Amino acid sequence: MRLAGRAIYAGRAEGLALVSSVPMSFYGGVNPDTGEIVERGSDLRGQSVKGRILVFPHGKGSTVGSYVLYRLAKNGAAPAAIVNAKCETIVAVGAIISEIPCVDMVDVGKISPNVRVRVEGTTVEF
Amino acid sequence: MFLTTEEERMLAGEEGRATRKAMQILVALGEIYGAERLVEVSSVQVSGVSYKNLGDAGLEFLDELAADGRARVKTTLNPAGMSLTDWKSQGIQPSFAEKQLRVVDAYRRLGIEISCTCTPYLAGNEPEFGQHIAWGESSAVAYANSVIGARTNREGGPSALAAGLTGRTPLYGLHLQKNRVPTLTVDVGVPLGSPEDFTAMGYAVGKMVPDGIPLFRGIRMASLEDLKTLSAALASSGGVAMFHIAGLTPESKAEPASAERAAFSSKDLEEARASLDDEGVPDFVSVGCPHCSLTELAALARLLKGATVKKEFWVCCSREVKRRSDEAGLSKWIEESGAKFALDTCMVVAPVEELGYRVVATNSAKACHYLRNAGLRVRFMSLEDCVAEAIRGR
Repeated sequence: MRLAGRAIYAGRAEGLALVSSVPMSFYGGVNPDTGEIVERGSDLRGQSVKGRILVFPHGKGSTVGSYVLYRLAKNGAAPAAIVNAKCETIVAVGAIISEIPCVDMVDVGKISPNVRVRVEGTTVEF
Repeated sequence: MFLTTEEERMLAGEEGRATRKAMQILVALGEIYGAERLVEVSSVQVSGVSYKNLGDAGLEFLDELAADGRARVKTTLNPAGMSLTDWKSQGIQPSFAEKQLRVVDAYRRLGIEISCTCTPYLAGNEPEFGQHIAWGESSAVAYANSVIGARTNREGGPSALAAGLTGRTPLYGLHLQKNRVPTLTVDVGVPLGSPEDFTAMGYAVGKMVPDGIPLFRGIRMASLEDLKTLSAALASSGGVAMFHIAGLTPESKAEPASAERAAFSSKDLEEARASLDDEGVPDFVSVGCPHCSLTELAALARLLKGATVKKEFWVCCSREVKRRSDEAGLSKWIEESGAKFALDTCMVVAPVEELGYRVVATNSAKACHYLRNAGLRVRFMSLEDCVAEAIRGR
């Protein structure tokens, strides 16, 4: 299937989908060194975002979260790409400064966990 | 989104890498929030200063920007995780201090004033009514929109920095008149007699309107200090970025957008004050959240003159207000009592919990909120009682 969305940071990436049905907080929610999701109440707790196509509705929490994405990228633990239903400031700024491909305005409910996903520009293919 | 020729050049990288990165951030945010264009800003306040939050990656990011980025408009800085000069006496580790000073140095190279205060409006970054600005620091955002009538969204560290490096911000949200009208009318049925009353009410109302715009009615007077702590409280329990007080704040004549009403009674005030107060004997006392005004320093000087404090007592304020206090001869009464000026920082962003304290006495609901999040217990009391607590010992 091929979904067309909006490029927040245009790029190309491929990987396995890691899908959260709930909003994600990066500050305090993801370990900036390892990529492990540590947030209480997250349906992905214990899993790592590293190298995955991270799919979730939208970000939440402290704006410091943008710097957490940047730290993940510098530590080689960032997601390969981010796919959102509706991107907000924290994730958008984080993706841009970290140069992580990021697409939003797609129906994230259509993407199943662990399927191979390709993100390119404004499209998400799986 | 429409961009001017100059903005297109910035986005194309013709004015350097940092400007390009900044413009990418602003354009993406503009697209997300449906802005038609960018608007020029006259003032920027950058948050995201403590090394505790930035880490090495954040430091590297700022270093990279500083290679060719320069602020184009007046840009000031939020508090850091320590005093930039007296960190040793604050008990800060040298490894932390070295990184914190490098963060501040990167901001300096970016052409940002190292003001390190959450009250830029008391320290030389003083926008005027109707001006577009881009501020981080939620308490200052609420103050600027509500009390000054300047226009800013609630910026994060990088988006405020991007505004500083380009002199622009996307035109959406609170920059537009239609989004500045009240969404909830709060009839205040109790006289608010002190900053503690204002801060407690703000904390309670912030929970009721997570990101709305409350219009308070029934408040006849409010000092700068009342409005400063009300702003901080509303922004810490909720996401309030603007409020109105009928008859007092400059845009309070705006018609309410909805008929939604709430009342705030003397019982609500009592409950709000009680909800901020834990148990225990304070081993640390701190005032100045947000940073103290000169009026507060004058009150402290009067209360501390000739007294000796027996507990660690931090008076948090900006270097600019401290300088005015020095000139007015107030600082010496405070310092001679044993109370310490905490400049460039405060009890919320300094690692107070790592300094070994357990129970903090303070007069600010915002401070109570964040200190509790850091695992400390808080005693909520007036400025006068904070001084009495510090003098009494126990």
